[in-house]
Amino acid sequence: MRPDELAKLLRGRYPEVLLARGEVTMAVPREELQATLEHLLKEGELGFDFLSDVTATDWPGAAPRFWVAYHLLSLRWMHRLRVKVGLAEDDPRLPSVTSLFPTANWHEREVFDFFGIVFEGHPDLRRIELPEGWVGHPLRKDHPMGGVNTSYRGAYIPPPDQRGL
Amino acid sequence: MAATSDATRETMIINMGPQHPSTHGVLRLVLELDGEYVVSCRPVLGYLHTGIEKNTEYRTWQQGVTFVTRADYLSSLFNELAYCLAVERLLGIEAPPRAQVIRVMVNELNRIASHLVWIATTSLELGAVSMMLFGFRERENILAIFEMVTGLRMNHAYIRIGGLRMDLPDGAEERIKGFLRLMPGRIGEYESLLTGNPIWRQRNAGVGYLPTEELLALGVTGPVLRAGGLAHDLRKRAPYSGYETYEFDVPTREESDCFARYQVRMEEMRQSLRIVEQCLARLEPGPVMIEDPKLRWPAELSVGPDGIGNSERYVKHIMEESMEALINHFKIVTQGIKVPAGEVYQAVESPRGELGHYVVSNGGTRPYRTHIRGPSFVNLQAIPKMIEGGLIADVIACVASLDPVMGDADR
Repeated sequence: MRPDELAKLLRGRYPEVLLARGEVTMAVPREELQATLEHLLKEGELGFDFLSDVTATDWPGAAPRFWVAYHLLSLRWMHRLRVKVGLAEDDPRLPSVTSLFPTANWHEREVFDFFGIVFEGHPDLRRIELPEGWVGHPLRKDHPMGGVNTSYRGAYIPPPDQRGL
Repeated sequence: MAATSDATRETMIINMGPQHPSTHGVLRLVLELDGEYVVSCRPVLGYLHTGIEKNTEYRTWQQGVTFVTRADYLSSLFNELAYCLAVERLLGIEAPPRAQVIRVMVNELNRIASHLVWIATTSLELGAVSMMLFGFRERENILAIFEMVTGLRMNHAYIRIGGLRMDLPDGAEERIKGFLRLMPGRIGEYESLLTGNPIWRQRNAGVGYLPTEELLALGVTGPVLRAGGLAHDLRKRAPYSGYETYEFDVPTREESDCFARYQVRMEEMRQSLRIVEQCLARLEPGPVMIEDPKLRWPAELSVGPDGIGNSERYVKHIMEESMEALINHFKIVTQGIKVPAGEVYQAVESPRGELGHYVVSNGGTRPYRTHIRGPSFVNLQAIPKMIEGGLIADVIACVASLDPVMGDADR
């Protein structure tokens, strides 16, 4: 299905469907995430049977602060869809989709590791890339970036987010 | 005899890696063993995490290329291509035709080089040491071509937003033609060494079997999936960079074991050679970078005796002839280009499977977020399923058959 046809079809059922740059994006509340993915998987015309990727973005100061993005692919029809779930800063939790897509296991661990987003019902939610004792979630925009003291005349290299580039 | 049976039921935990030579980099597998058999396996990642995604958030869009190329260091040009295609889609631009052809050509050469490292290291691990030397010998030819074309043997940063860093140098086409003449015979030699070899067959055939449905559920893509019978190749099924105009086949096997994965990769090298040949035939003179002065990289690089640098002609132009050109140069080099706000997910078929770049812009001069869907990361999830219940010696064959690159897994 072409992206515009897919967007048209989805708009009949879901309120927030966006078509931009040939990609279809759909926002759903977290309570409906699992039911939505299950419908997208089982509805023959849609057939989104392959979860390519799960990741997140952080928008401090905005509401919702976090957006978790699921990149779905239909192996039969070869169309793609991005399903996004917005999460509030003080409640970054959403249900795990590992029961539908086992591949989500490590993706969700990575999002937890880097963003501190909790996937409820995940079988083994531990950090995956960073060591277990790491403090904080470094892909959040407010994670301290450090700076470097040098031995050259007391010079200090400021962290990259404060270099005014 | 109760004590004895208790003793035989006792399991042992051993660490394979992160410094084990057969784990293709710094992969750590925590194995629970019952004698020679693997009871359970827990992969531990992160030893090569370098924060590439976070780093790109503090660099200009063009600098992003030099970071992502270091993720999967054995197939760096695929990372560059996925990133640049994503940014180009955000900008709404397309690279000129000659650049597209050269992109496909260097990507396919890179695929052969990556598969050569795979066959070399895999056969070393399984005891076929001479094959290791042959694999690296031919890869050296490709690296020499890359050095000639991009200036670097690895981590090229050759594919840039809007095109390529520079055109092919004189003599490059001849050199690639020479490689095309050499390589088919060499692939035949490898196969005559390995395919009928009883040890190679015993170590690979029937080992690491996973049914196609499980591969898909675990998100496995690339040669491993195609060795399970599914002809899923993004170059055919979701073409980019003009792949739909090239003639090539997607090799598949049904057995879904390590041997089938070997056969698929060997055949893929042949198909890549076919594509490179077609690229050479359709190279027409023309620009390799877009013309828009507000977006194109304002430089004219050439390879001199001391490495890559701006050509004398260009330095003369900005330093002596045109103040506007100088201002434009500094503006774009130091500040960077602005990319319209939005998000795209661009997937390409890397030697390991679906390599996806999710690039988000907030309209600024730096990426707001770059996420790399590394096929090695996802494919490694299949490791426990493949080896639990099997022999410890098969762990080596199974890990090797997935061809993980830890730079790609950990990013």
